[in-house]
Amino acid sequence: MKKFSQRHLLGIKDLTRDDIELVFETADNFKAIINRPIKKVPSLRDITVANIFFENSTRTRISFELAQKRLSADIVNFSASSSSVSKGETLIDTVKNILSMKVDMVVMRHPAPGACIFLAKHIDAQIINAGDGTHEHPTQALLDAYSIRERLGSVKGKKVVIVGDILHSRVALSNIYCLQKLGAEVMVCGPTTLIPKYIESLGVKVEHDLMKALQWCDVANMLRIQLERQDIKYFPSLREYSMLYGVNKYRLDSLDKEIVIMHPGPVNRGVEITSEVADSKNAIILDQVENGVATRMAVMYLLAGQQA
Amino acid sequence: MNGKVILEKKQFDITLDRLCFELIEKHGNFSETALIGLQPRGIYLSRRIHARISEILNTSKILYGELDIAFYRDDFRRGNEQIIPSELKMDFSVQDKNIVLIDDVLYTGRTIRAALDALTDFGRPSKVELLVLIDRRFSRHLPIQPDYVGMAVDSRANDKVKVEWKETSKNDVVHIVTN
Repeated sequence: MKKFSQRHLLGIKDLTRDDIELVFETADNFKAIINRPIKKVPSLRDITVANIFFENSTRTRISFELAQKRLSADIVNFSASSSSVSKGETLIDTVKNILSMKVDMVVMRHPAPGACIFLAKHIDAQIINAGDGTHEHPTQALLDAYSIRERLGSVKGKKVVIVGDILHSRVALSNIYCLQKLGAEVMVCGPTTLIPKYIESLGVKVEHDLMKALQWCDVANMLRIQLERQDIKYFPSLREYSMLYGVNKYRLDSLDKEIVIMHPGPVNRGVEITSEVADSKNAIILDQVENGVATRMAVMYLLAGQQA
Repeated sequence: MNGKVILEKKQFDITLDRLCFELIEKHGNFSETALIGLQPRGIYLSRRIHARISEILNTSKILYGELDIAFYRDDFRRGNEQIIPSELKMDFSVQDKNIVLIDDVLYTGRTIRAALDALTDFGRPSKVELLVLIDRRFSRHLPIQPDYVGMAVDSRANDKVKVEWKETSKNDVVHIVTN
């Protein structure tokens, strides 16, 4: 009997290949459901989920919220800016207070790496990591790999390059783990200042020339430049970054093959990719968003289904 | 496989044929009727019935679907096993159609209850009927009865009725296994 091996979703690092495949198979069902006139199933009707966001988010939060509503869960939303956190309450106290109102599952985003792991050790509810600092963003990696599987048939044997700010990116780390577990080859590409030292130890290739990387890959995942996490200047100017690491139509046309362009959003049009590329048929940015709801439904359904 | 065989090759085929003719008698040319198999075990029966009726009526236009009920079960988080969904194939609307739900064994009726819920999420059928290969009588937890029955069986609660298909094991055969 198939079974999801984890009680929480803290990071892709903890998952097995079978877990990821199980999420994908389950997500196929949910994708069919969210495309029919009645987009709801009653599975999680006796579950209450708290969405606790200590960092800003539009897409991830709406995606989780829609996923929860389509599974018929009850939800409470909490954002740090309008809460007692600003009065000095600790993370555990905040969450324990919410849990004492009988909450079964917590979806949390937090600026500190490892915040979800810490929380999982101290509270009873099941936890889903919606991004912890520069560490992991597991549901994003799952929806990215699911979108690649949907577009190219499978992930195994595919070549994926992740371009941009690898140093500050939780999306990059989760994607590397997820794609490698599924048998893809991964390369990272960006200016030397934005590539972490020793990243080769994860088994990824490193390339600083964008054209070489694009020529090598089947899929290019373009990360956003996270200016809010950059406390110092890592490159001289956005314009120079865009000239060296931005994908435009000219660059795509000069390749002798078609590649798939992905972006976890929000897109800085004209920086990582130009509008022409973002709106082209190569881009699957909006498919990623649609698949985000289905994969998050799958994750929550599989986690919630474990508890007797 | 040990246990008592209650339905074997020849009888099995005759029973399937009889079920098909009963359906044709009631539904004519199937212009307003759709056959829906229930995942995971009912689809082998529904595929056979769909193929046989299409053959008898010489048509390829009978609406056919396979419904997964995992998300509608009443034992989610209440059993020990994780409920994994199966593939769902419903590419038509059930609105104003006559629906024949098809499953292999009818026991407590809980699966059919879930299937009725799942079905209404695809529209409002004009009528829903139930066809089962084996009806385990006197064991229902819910007021649900079949309209077409391959074979009715009286069995004890600790018995298991196992339907095997050529598609998944060697032969078409139904056993009762007593624990």
